[in-house]
Amino acid sequence: MKILGLESSCDETAAAVVEDGRVVLSNAIYSQIAKHRPYGGVVPEIASRNHVAKLPGIIDEALEAAGETYDSIDAIAVTYGPGLASSLLIGFSAAKTLAQRLNKPLIGVNHHEGHLHSVFMKEDAPTEDEVFPMLGLMVSGGDSSLIMMRGVGQYEILGSTIDDAAGEALDKGASVLKLGYPGGPIIQKTAEGGDPQAVRFPRGLESVDRGKWIYKYDRNLCFSFSGLKTSLLTHVKNLDHEPEGQELSDIAASYQEAVADALTMRVERALDQFDIKSFSCAGGVSLNKVLREKLTALSEKTGVPLLLCPPSLCTDNAAMIAGAAYEKVRLNKATEEPNDVNPNLRLENWQ
Amino acid sequence: MRVVATNSPEETWELAAELANELPAGTVMALHGDLGAGKTCFIQGYAAALGIDEPITSPTYTLIGEYEGRLPLHHLDLYRLSGPEEALGLGLDEYFDINGITAIEWAERAEGLLPDDLLHIEIKTDDETQTRTFRIYRDGDNA
Repeated sequence: MKILGLESSCDETAAAVVEDGRVVLSNAIYSQIAKHRPYGGVVPEIASRNHVAKLPGIIDEALEAAGETYDSIDAIAVTYGPGLASSLLIGFSAAKTLAQRLNKPLIGVNHHEGHLHSVFMKEDAPTEDEVFPMLGLMVSGGDSSLIMMRGVGQYEILGSTIDDAAGEALDKGASVLKLGYPGGPIIQKTAEGGDPQAVRFPRGLESVDRGKWIYKYDRNLCFSFSGLKTSLLTHVKNLDHEPEGQELSDIAASYQEAVADALTMRVERALDQFDIKSFSCAGGVSLNKVLREKLTALSEKTGVPLLLCPPSLCTDNAAMIAGAAYEKVRLNKATEEPNDVNPNLRLENWQ
Repeated sequence: MRVVATNSPEETWELAAELANELPAGTVMALHGDLGAGKTCFIQGYAAALGIDEPITSPTYTLIGEYEGRLPLHHLDLYRLSGPEEALGLGLDEYFDINGITAIEWAERAEGLLPDDLLHIEIKTDDETQTRTFRIYRDGDNA
């Protein structure tokens, strides 16, 4: 079964054709990063205008690269949340129209489900039955959470950030250090040759009993990056000069270390606490080299297999949307067509 | 105008909880303060007092976070908006509903669209003592 997927939840305009949920026939992406860079972040209005301008060409590109046509594909899949409402609506309207005009089924996919599914989209990936129960670490600009998956489409959130997402922490860190946007890749580059132990930045939620805990998640499995960003700000202020050269590399390396360490620490706790067959990491921040190294080391130490997302599918893309949509079809869970976008869509168990 | 100083995150939570118990449904508030001033801490305390048990995460990327509690809470960050026209395009006015509580960061981006009785919460941090001073007032109050 060949599914055409569309994705426009934030600032990537993407279309892809995927066969049977795993084989990526094409993965066309127009990244708007350059358009948003001058503003240091995604500007919603610029994002939606560019989605409108670029989506038709990107769909053509995806079909052509896959050697498919509108007639030869079997279904349309689209992200219907979470994300920016004005961005989501562009891809959603396009998908809805295409499905109606072509008289093909429309499958709505949660953007986070797409990321979680992406670790299966490579040749040597194990089958889903071999890996559950699986612990998923979702790390992106808008979300950081630990999710227990006892089967396909069965989610239990074990922990999440209580303030900023990991990707946001990297963006804000890069902004404090005046490195530019997006923060993840540029902090990684600046950190090369730096000493990750030079500055001891906080890992968040470290003290045992500070304040009361009111959230439904286990405190030990939650993240907090707000204090990290403040701590960097204070550190730079106290320097009395603009850090550069080796000093800047040391700070960037220490900051990146704190983010990767904070994430890995919670994964390790969850692996201890639950009976887990495998763990995975997906989302834009999963591209980070230090995080990948730490998770790989943890996998070696514990003997629990790690599934990492293929680099080309870590940041937002439509292949993961088409892939997750196929799972819904395969398990007969794609029964209801979505009628609207939901910017605050939560992960929900497939019924 | 009400001025309150807090000396710890716990005290900020207490202040937020006190306000959450006082302020009626339909309240729209604008939070002002620098990076690290304690806006997140304040909103977390407020949400907790509404019985919301999921973390209030930063809405920097999605602009709007919606949470179900004793009253629904809408948390908006308008930093990325170019101005009031775009705020209108986003359906911002729909969030000022009489049944919920709306907390807005960077509210000045939506000037002219905000309700007349907007409640302002200004947070200033003393760099040395780490004391947070909250100035709470409504538009039109005599300062």
